[in-house]
Amino acid sequence: MHAEREILFRESAAAALLDPQLRANFRRAMDGLISKRQAQFPDPRDLQELRDLSTAIRSRSLLRLPELLEQLEASCTKNGIQVHWAETCEQANALILDLLRARGAKTLVKGKSMVSEEMHLNAFLEANGVEAIESDLGEYIIQLDGETPSHIIMPAIHKNKDQIARQFSQKIKDAKYTEDVDELTAMARKVLRQKFLEADAGLSGVNFAVAETGTLCLVENEGNGRMSTHVPPLHIAVMGLEKVVADLESVAPLYAILTRSATGQAVSTYFNLITGPRGADEKDGPQEVHLVILDNGRSRIYADPELRATLRCIRCGACMNHCPVYTRVGGHAYEAVYPGPIGKILTPQMEGVGVRHDLVHGSSLCGACGEVCPVEIPIPEILVRLRREATHSDPGSSVAGKGTGRLASEDWTWRLWAAVLKRPTLYRLATWFATRLGGTLPAGAPLLRDWTRTRTKPVPARRSLSERMRAEGGSHD
Amino acid sequence: MREVYFYGTCLVDLFFPDAGMAGIQLLREAGVKVIFPDGQTCCGQPAFNCGYWEEARDVARAQVALFPRDLPVILPSGSCAGMMKNHYPELFHGQPDEAQVRAFSGRVYELTQFLVDVLQVRLEDLGEPVKVTWHSSCHAVRDLGLKGQPQALLGQLAHVELAPLAREHECCGFGGTFSVRQPEISGAMSCDKAADAEATGASVLLSTDGGCLLNVNGTLEAKRSPLRVQHIAEFLWERTHAR
Repeated sequence: MHAEREILFRESAAAALLDPQLRANFRRAMDGLISKRQAQFPDPRDLQELRDLSTAIRSRSLLRLPELLEQLEASCTKNGIQVHWAETCEQANALILDLLRARGAKTLVKGKSMVSEEMHLNAFLEANGVEAIESDLGEYIIQLDGETPSHIIMPAIHKNKDQIARQFSQKIKDAKYTEDVDELTAMARKVLRQKFLEADAGLSGVNFAVAETGTLCLVENEGNGRMSTHVPPLHIAVMGLEKVVADLESVAPLYAILTRSATGQAVSTYFNLITGPRGADEKDGPQEVHLVILDNGRSRIYADPELRATLRCIRCGACMNHCPVYTRVGGHAYEAVYPGPIGKILTPQMEGVGVRHDLVHGSSLCGACGEVCPVEIPIPEILVRLRREATHSDPGSSVAGKGTGRLASEDWTWRLWAAVLKRPTLYRLATWFATRLGGTLPAGAPLLRDWTRTRTKPVPARRSLSERMRAEGGSHD
Repeated sequence: MREVYFYGTCLVDLFFPDAGMAGIQLLREAGVKVIFPDGQTCCGQPAFNCGYWEEARDVARAQVALFPRDLPVILPSGSCAGMMKNHYPELFHGQPDEAQVRAFSGRVYELTQFLVDVLQVRLEDLGEPVKVTWHSSCHAVRDLGLKGQPQALLGQLAHVELAPLAREHECCGFGGTFSVRQPEISGAMSCDKAADAEATGASVLLSTDGGCLLNVNGTLEAKRSPLRVQHIAEFLWERTHAR
């Protein structure tokens, strides 16, 4: 299983690398996002201060997670938001279908939600006779082509303007071909406006859920989030259980660092604070609001003090924007709901570290992700930890699929490696052969074959440094 | 007389011994006695990064044992220095020899760090005018925390022009075992780095790290580029000594 999966990321990444349009789209988009973020943080000390504060807020929230979740449920209930718990995606899907069926809802208009992607909610609803319409422009674009998001906040970033122009002219009824961005947006808006008015229900994600006040915070730029949550008579919000924070005071710094890290915006165009259904004297808003809180492996991640840092994530996507691997292969190559560095640590923990061994090794450990993460998730360290978990079965570990990525050949390689390198005489012998014969190895030899695809063969020096220092004599202790 | 240990690292030992010799000479010239314990092999990083910590510990333990005296340990590599300084304590957490290893880690320096921060060396440039570019290796900057020491040394050389490298902080694609586990992505990153380096118009690309140099050099050679690579220690030694 593991061997097949290991090939998975390598193969899909290799295929993506052969698509010059895709590579150009990602490079241009990511370079733009990197400089926009940079412009938002002119002073590295201010950035560090905000990161420290945000990290502390997220860590403290996680430390009190069970208590805060109970408080959130109580506050929401008081506000008239009905809270539902789901351990698995199947349970969450069934819960939502029941809510829709109870009200005879046939159409659901959706604001952007990665948790609903995690649940594969759209496919599930479709199979059960409910039409789910994505209303975020990027999500709408990919839904037209039956694709999945290639980025967690910019789901259609793999497409450029011309590709979208062609797609709209083919897939939207009566649409004329145009490459004008405003006209394209207006086209989608026209379609979606009607969907908002007709939809029986709306669904959204949650960026932060405030335990003290029972407030659901939603960050967005298009107003579609507000439409999805306010126009239809029924609003269902879905969130991962880690999204809770203690109070409204905690939200301000997190919001400030989220938009700056994500899109390089000081604030988003819309910031919705949802506190319940329409009041008796109010003219708009849904009649019912439901909150579905999903676990899907998160409590297992939570149980490990080191891996728990994974749950600090506020889903800004800065790690992908700065990742040299993601920038080149794009989001689809990961074949996972969450791509990029955060996906490389989250997916194996959710799906099993053995079956997604391919992802934890798909990194050069350059550390760019950890450097920009607004809540200082040590992604490279967690990748190394997961590599260890994949091949070793520590009895104290709660990691899903621990030890199932072990290969006898890899075990033997490292044993042999250690056997030589812990014995200076063997190392001396090995380097003697390498320096005398290393240049004569054929380029097709194992490992060298992969190295020399794009490089010349590395040729060892004629005499090693140790050999020269031994000859020099005098400098030993 | 000030004394230091020198740890060559496996890549310098095997592929860049001239850089190792140059590092030792630079230290000696600054009035330091350099001790090069025999029997050094590898810091253990490849196994550590792949999750084989027992094997990494076995190898690391053999290295630590070679440096018993309370002297600075100087490495011509930011990556290996980062491993010994920051990851050995993690690797030996809860082991009986943790305290001994931590004491060792506290003594580790990368070469340019030691030359600038501790020795405060002054260099005199004796070379012809040359344009160079700088590759800041990821581990040297992000893991070890090198903060401009190599640039400070290059800045002392009157006839050296430092051309800025586009996307200087982006990984060159080496990543140790990554280069052979993910050869396609690694190769794409390396080719981009080589192209950015060529675009600077420099004649030499410099770095603190053998891994990056081996990778970028192989990529440049494969495309028959006139651009060469050199370890900063070797470059500094050459510039300050008339040939």
